[in-house]
Amino acid sequence: MRIEYFQLIDRIVDLDTSAWTIDVEAVVPLESTIFEGHFPGQPLMPGVLLIESMAQTAGWLVIALNRFERMPFLAAVKEAKLRTFVLPGTTLRITAKLLHDGSGYAITKATITADGKPICDAEITFRVMLFPEKSMRHAMEETAARIGFPMQALADG
Amino acid sequence: MSSTFDTVANIIAETCDIPRDTIKPESHAIEDLGIDSLDFLDIAFAIDKAFGIKLPLEQWTQEVNDGKATTEQYFVLQNLCTRIDGLVAAKGA
Repeated sequence: MRIEYFQLIDRIVDLDTSAWTIDVEAVVPLESTIFEGHFPGQPLMPGVLLIESMAQTAGWLVIALNRFERMPFLAAVKEAKLRTFVLPGTTLRITAKLLHDGSGYAITKATITADGKPICDAEITFRVMLFPEKSMRHAMEETAARIGFPMQALADG
Repeated sequence: MSSTFDTVANIIAETCDIPRDTIKPESHAIEDLGIDSLDFLDIAFAIDKAFGIKLPLEQWTQEVNDGKATTEQYFVLQNLCTRIDGLVAAKGA
């Protein structure tokens, strides 16, 4: 996880395009400038970044189901619950499931756990649109390669 | 038609916190009821679930943007309900 670059997903563990689910891993860094302010002397992973990490996880699922033809943009976060503190160094497991594949939008449910214990969850809505620029799709494909996106899953799906 | 309208009106009232008695068949979802595009996603989700369909919002938006259709054709509620009925019928055909 490189918080400062908004790279919150380290590795895709599993992607199931038939079940509409994804499972990723993300390790909160031990050090970050963000912890200098959040909070001085008591570093905690900001809740908004936990929500963003769920959005990125669900987003990769939506990209996969759209075969890199469309890009999800965060539109709504509902029923977000931040159940406990997350400290630097924590290994997060983030899962998401597509609840509804709408026309131009997608509804997902995402959950974070650490050592099997619930950390947070939310229902996340995306607008799903064609990539505004080819360069954006290319950048997403590069990021996909970095986090081990299983392109074979698209070929099989 | 009436039951479709009642279902849709109830969804709009609940989703957007609009008094149910102000929602009429002739109401335009955007111009009369003030529903924005984000709230309409919630409404579309609820309609999709309630009727087991997929409202073709992208196609409708494209047609409006291209000048091939007016927003009234899709977002006046009685017209919306007619299209929902059509989608339900097509699903069962």
